[in-house]
Amino acid sequence: MNSHNEMQTTFLSVAENESFARVVIAAFAVQLSPTVSEIADIKTAVSEAVTNAIVHGYEGTRGMVTLRATIQDRSLLTIEVQDSGKGIPDVTKAMEPFYTTHPEQERSGMGFAVMQTFMDDLTVHSTPGSGTTVRMSKRIHSGGGY
Amino acid sequence: MLRSIRDGDKLLVGLDGELDHFCAQSVRRELDSQISDPTIRQLILDFSGLTFMDSSGIGVILGRYRILRERGGTVAVIHMNEHISRIFHMSGMGKVIRQLDSKQEARR
Repeated sequence: MNSHNEMQTTFLSVAENESFARVVIAAFAVQLSPTVSEIADIKTAVSEAVTNAIVHGYEGTRGMVTLRATIQDRSLLTIEVQDSGKGIPDVTKAMEPFYTTHPEQERSGMGFAVMQTFMDDLTVHSTPGSGTTVRMSKRIHSGGGY
Repeated sequence: MLRSIRDGDKLLVGLDGELDHFCAQSVRRELDSQISDPTIRQLILDFSGLTFMDSSGIGVILGRYRILRERGGTVAVIHMNEHISRIFHMSGMGKVIRQLDSKQEARR
């Protein structure tokens, strides 16, 4: 395989696209020969980030969500999920486990904690009024496969 | 439709497919309809058919736990795969929701 690869896809912020994003990232990551468990980690982290963009970023309105991924060194997968929604006023607070602005919708407040647990690295850049970018990476130790 | 088996005050419900934010609303609605009978005191969620769950699933399970707790009941889960088990434990749900290891256990 090539040592470097990248992809980008943009989709509307509707909940149906959560599973679409999971399938896309899994299909892209498969060239790294991840284990079933690594694929589950990546799909879950992307699902959380895309759900945040839909539920919090656009909150009842519609906009576009961009999913980007790159592969470096034949093993490092970096994923970005970007929205142009309302942004997060206090990222540190938002990342606290169990913190949610939507308890009435039974949001668990565990989204960022799941991303942190399942990926090696997570950074969140957000500007209130212009959007949020979640960037996360994971090194895939090839040798897995299905 | 979720598959369910009623036995006295116990209800076993099987979840299938994926449980994300998109599916959460319909699963929540169906579970609530299934547990609307106040004589149900034990809800057991069978995850053997569940292939994916993210933190939206945590919200659904804890929400049903609160409903059952109000009537002095409990929620338990059975047949979690390794991935769902990790989410289950990292969320702290293991402290309030019992994990059963087989259908025999569920019938106990």
